[in-house]
Amino acid sequence: MNLHFTEEQEMMRKMVREFAENEIAPFVERMERGEFPRPIIEKMAELGLMGITIPEQYGGAGMDFTSYIIAIHEISKVSATVGVILSVHTSVGTNPILYFGTEEQKKKYVPKLASGEYLGAFCLTEPGAGSDAASLKTTAIRRGDHYVLNGSKVFITNGGEADTYIVFARTNPEEKGSKGISAFIVEKNTPGLIIGKDEKKMGLHGSRTVQLSFEEMKVPAENLLGEEGQGFKIAMANLDVGRIGIAAQSLGIAEAALEHAIAYAKERIQFGKPIAEQQGIAFKLADMATNVEAAKLLVYHAASLRSRGLPCSKEASMAKLFASKTAMDNAIEAIQIFGGNGYTKDYPVERFFRDAKVCEIYEGTSEIQRLVISKQL
Amino acid sequence: MNIFVLMKRTFDTEEKIVIQNGKVSEEGAEFIINPYDEYAIEEAIQVRDKHGGEVTVVTVGNEDAEKELRTALAMGADKAVLINIEDDVEDGDQYTTAKVLAEYLKDKEADLILAGNVAIDGGSGQVGPRVAELLGIPYVTTITKLEIDGTNVKVVRDVEGDEEIIETSLPLLVTAQQGLNEPRYPSLPGIMKAKKKPLEELELDDLDLDEDDVEAKTKTIEIFLPPKKEAGKILQGDIADQVKELVSLLHTEAKVI
Repeated sequence: MNLHFTEEQEMMRKMVREFAENEIAPFVERMERGEFPRPIIEKMAELGLMGITIPEQYGGAGMDFTSYIIAIHEISKVSATVGVILSVHTSVGTNPILYFGTEEQKKKYVPKLASGEYLGAFCLTEPGAGSDAASLKTTAIRRGDHYVLNGSKVFITNGGEADTYIVFARTNPEEKGSKGISAFIVEKNTPGLIIGKDEKKMGLHGSRTVQLSFEEMKVPAENLLGEEGQGFKIAMANLDVGRIGIAAQSLGIAEAALEHAIAYAKERIQFGKPIAEQQGIAFKLADMATNVEAAKLLVYHAASLRSRGLPCSKEASMAKLFASKTAMDNAIEAIQIFGGNGYTKDYPVERFFRDAKVCEIYEGTSEIQRLVISKQL
Repeated sequence: MNIFVLMKRTFDTEEKIVIQNGKVSEEGAEFIINPYDEYAIEEAIQVRDKHGGEVTVVTVGNEDAEKELRTALAMGADKAVLINIEDDVEDGDQYTTAKVLAEYLKDKEADLILAGNVAIDGGSGQVGPRVAELLGIPYVTTITKLEIDGTNVKVVRDVEGDEEIIETSLPLLVTAQQGLNEPRYPSLPGIMKAKKKPLEELELDDLDLDEDDVEAKTKTIEIFLPPKKEAGKILQGDIADQVKELVSLLHTEAKVI
């Protein structure tokens, strides 16, 4: 296995790292106060970061999947919030149109999404349909040249900020489970699309997560994505991509926690020497670093399989399971190393802790990842 | 307009310097385009976009510098040239670099040559001016503004915080100071295009030079790290006593008065 980045990937990694440190880091405080990082997204758009893997013919940079993972990883080292906005926009906000859209749909939406003019969102989860996504209840009834949608969605990342939403609804209420679900492209100003309350999240401040409801929302029939009944397949088709993305976000948080912990432990003097030289702390750092390295290998291995178009569902789940746990473990240890300071908002490690937890929950909980992995053993 | 940028590959500003066997160890270090050279590249691109022409970025070094040249191409430069002296020169100095660059540039009919004010590693600030001297063209260092009108050039120069306004003419060499511009990040389309842009590699032979022509004029005797900073001392007691103690310490220990 080769973990050597190509020249382009390496150049991009440096650029993104510099961009994150110089442009995103100064904005973190505003995001922590709840501000959506619109100016950051605009700058990312100028650099082509909103369409990394989108082919050039649709206005993207045409880079490979590993490049995209590098970007999520480096950005999340500075801000997991910006990491998740980019991840959702690309993997589930744009890719479904690219993979399942008609040529007309692709021409209409993908270049705008790839250039960052549009921001994408994805609406699958409902109050009663989380891990069991196929039990969703939103309905879409065909009436002439349009569908009428009714229902509600929760935990919609980029909701209220996005220009397009990929919405999943049941076109055939007779059929239970994954059959009878269809996908639609819904534009932001569609009458009947109601942006509900913002979730008061523990972390990822600055990324918007809202409840949505559809009340007699009319969607043109031409905005049906794929065929009727193909919705669940569309939702699941991007799971690996989404999971490796969140694994990369987790890796970024884990690495940030490690780097801050090392820097602090080398500076902080107790009992006459830096605490990094006290074995109790030194061993913590050794474990944190080892887990980061292991997570990195899992994430980039899964990414390289995906880049080459090889099956990677097991590897994607393993990467997400392990990297998200590492993010959580490292954030907890980093707080411990920072001591009382770590428990305050004057230092970044408590933010890592709050941001890390959701990585074990969204894009498939750790329990779901174990289910996916165990079924393939 | 025929524009050239002199670029150096340097240590990342965040790297910790480690000295091994009397030399700065490069093991595992990240390298970047010298930050002052980034201003030069950005300015060159802006001048080209306004006045037309072509930007060629030149570096003297070894093949590792190809990465930084590609980054300059990704930012928007048109061509890159690597003058690889690794096999020919063991210990070069500013004279070496300037001589090689001047020899390369002498028949290129450059209108404008830009360089960084200093490199953040060696920090001599000599290569730019030396190249201009060897080429027999005017130069202005530490510039913060550049205006070109035909062959007339107006330059604002940073003089330890004050400004000096200089009028001169092309051909000209300038060195860039912080504040000249805000260097762009290489965009993803720029990165994808960079590998298709020409990158020429030359050696001393190609410039009709041999090692004696470029032999260093200086010799490095020793390289050492600055002494480790000692912990500070907090004086205690009566203010008047503290003042006395401070004066005496400055006199006897710090030996500054």
